Amino acid sequence: MTLNNRWVLPEGIEEVLPAQAMQLEGLRRNLIDMYTSWGYDLVMPPLVEYLESLLSGTGHDLDLQTFKITDQLTGRMMGIRADMTPQVARIEAHHLKQNTPTRLCYLGTVLHTRPQGFSASRSPLQIGAELYGHEGVQSDVEILCLMVETLKLTGMDTFYIDLGHAGIFRNLVNQAGLSVEQENQLFDVLQRKAKPELAELMVEWKLNKSMANMLTSLPDLNGGEEVFDKATKIFSKADKAVIAAINNLQEIASQFKQRVANIKLHYDLSELRGYNYHTGVIFAAYAAGQGQAIAQGGRYDDIGKDFGMARPATGFSADLKMLVSLSGLKGKPVLGIFSVDSHEPALFEFIAKLRAQGERVVMALPEQQGDAHAMQCDRIIVKDGNNWTVQKI
Amino acid sequence: MTTRITIALSKGRIFKETLPLLAHAGIVPVDDPETSRKLILDTNDDNVKLVIIRASDVPTYVQYGAADIGVAGKDVLMEHGGEGLYEPLDLKIAQCRLMTAGPVNAPEPQGRLRIATKFVNCARRYYAEQGQQVEIIKLYGSMELAPIVGLADRIVDLVDTGNTLKANGLEPMEHIADISSRLVINKASMKMNHDTMQKFIDKIAEAVK
Repeated sequence: MTLNNRWVLPEGIEEVLPAQAMQLEGLRRNLIDMYTSWGYDLVMPPLVEYLESLLSGTGHDLDLQTFKITDQLTGRMMGIRADMTPQVARIEAHHLKQNTPTRLCYLGTVLHTRPQGFSASRSPLQIGAELYGHEGVQSDVEILCLMVETLKLTGMDTFYIDLGHAGIFRNLVNQAGLSVEQENQLFDVLQRKAKPELAELMVEWKLNKSMANMLTSLPDLNGGEEVFDKATKIFSKADKAVIAAINNLQEIASQFKQRVANIKLHYDLSELRGYNYHTGVIFAAYAAGQGQAIAQGGRYDDIGKDFGMARPATGFSADLKMLVSLSGLKGKPVLGIFSVDSHEPALFEFIAKLRAQGERVVMALPEQQGDAHAMQCDRIIVKDGNNWTVQKI
Repeated sequence: MTTRITIALSKGRIFKETLPLLAHAGIVPVDDPETSRKLILDTNDDNVKLVIIRASDVPTYVQYGAADIGVAGKDVLMEHGGEGLYEPLDLKIAQCRLMTAGPVNAPEPQGRLRIATKFVNCARRYYAEQGQQVEIIKLYGSMELAPIVGLADRIVDLVDTGNTLKANGLEPMEHIADISSRLVINKASMKMNHDTMQKFIDKIAEAVK
C-alpha cells in the first residue's frame, strides 16, 4: 500500500461523517423509543459467534454471506454476524424460555462477504423487531404495522408492500411429490418468473395436467386483490394446506388494511425470498426508483428448534443506513455557544450550567485559528461587569 | 398518475426484430439508432423512452432499475445469472445455439482442454456438468481464431448458420443451449407498476404468437 491510497476503504465499507452520523443516531434513538412504546425489549447480540449457531436453520445463502474466522482459544470456526435474526432467535429460545409472547428488537452493524445488490453496503446497520410465541394472523399484522411505522419515522412516505406466502409453494411441491433437486430448480425458475423454462420443466417431469397447470400459473398470480379470485379458481384441486396458506395471506392483508390506511399492497404468490427459513407470510417494502426491497420480513416458525425450543416467530428487518439515505430528512447542524479561553472558576460554573440545559458549548483553545462562526457557534460568552452572559452574534 | 417506462435494447439484430413487437404494443421510436447518435430515444408515447446499450449491459441496467424493461439474449442472461430479474417471455427472436466447436478432424487433445470463450460462466458450468476439468480463456471476440493459432483446443460460442466456423476450419460439436431473446423486467417495477407492466407483457406476448 502506497502513501497515496492508505485512506481507501474496502469496497462496500463506509464511514458516516458528522452531520449524517448525528442524524443516524437521532433516528436510532427515536426508533428504539418507538419499539419500546410498542412493548419490544432491546437485545444486543454479540458481534461474533460459533458458526454452527449463527447458521442454524438458515440455509446456504447466509453461509456464503458470512465472514469466517478461527477461534484461537478452541480451534472452532466463528462467524461475524451477517444477519442478526438467528442470533435473536437463539437468545429467545435459549435464555428467555418464556411461555408468554416475547417481543424483541435489535440494532447493530452486520457484515456481508458480498454486497447485496447495486452499490449496496457490506456493513449495513441492521434494525429489526421479532415477535415470538404466537402463530395467529394478529402477530404478523402487528409486525407489518411496526415495519410501516419504522419507514414512516425515517421519513419515507411512498412505498409499496409486497406480500407472499411460503406455504403455497411448499405445499404444492409436496403435493406434486418433487425431489429436493427438482424443488430447487423450480424455485430458481419461479424467482425469475421464467415461464418458458417452467413449461419445459413440466414436460420434462411428466407431471399430471392439473398439477402442471397449478405450477405454471404461479408466476402470473401477482397484482392487486384480484389475485385471490384467480387463485381460488386455479387451486380448486390443490391440497387443503395450499388453500389454508392462501386464506392465511388474505386474512393478514385484510386485517393489515384495516389498521393502516392508504397503504399500497401488491400480492405475489410466487415470491419466495428467504424460502429456506420462512414458513408463512413473506413481505417486503419497495420504494420508487429502488431496484431492491428497502425492508423485509415474514414468519419463520421452526428456527428456534435448533436451540432447543421451537416457537412460532415473525419479524422484519431493514438497513437503517439505507433508509436514512433514501429519506428526505435532512439533519440540522446544532449551533453552539463559543466561550473565550479563560481560567476563571465562575466561567466554568456558568458553562456547566449551560451544558446541563442541553446547550453545546465550545471552549476556545489558546491561539486557535477560526472564530465562533468557524466553530459552528451562533452565540458567544462575554463578561458583563462581574457576570458571564451569552450574547448573540 | 401515468407511469414512465424505460426500455433497454441493444443495437442491431435485437433492435430490428424487437421493433415489430413494440409496434404491436403501440410504441414506435421517433429516431433510428443506426443513424442517430442519441443514446436515449424518444417514442411516440411521451411516457416511454428507449435506451440503446450494449447487449451484455442490458441485464445490469434492468437489475438495478436504470431501465424497467429490457430485451436480452438467453446467452447474456445465462452469463449474467439472471439475479434480480424477471424473464416472463420468450420473444423467439434472434434465435441461435450456444455450442462448443473445434478444428475439423483434430485428434482428441491430451490433458486438460483449453476453452476460449466470452461466455466464461456458461462454459465453466457446461464442462462441470460433463464432469470435465477445463481451462477457460476469456476472450472478447474472434473466438474462431483461438484454435487456429493454438491458444485453445475448443471454443464456446453462438452458432447461427455455422458459416464463420466453416470458413475457419472449425465444426460445431456439442449443443449447450438454444438461445433466443427474452423480455426481462425489473422486480421492483413489476411490483410497483404492476398494471402497466402486465398490460405491456400481455401485448408483447400477443405479438409473439
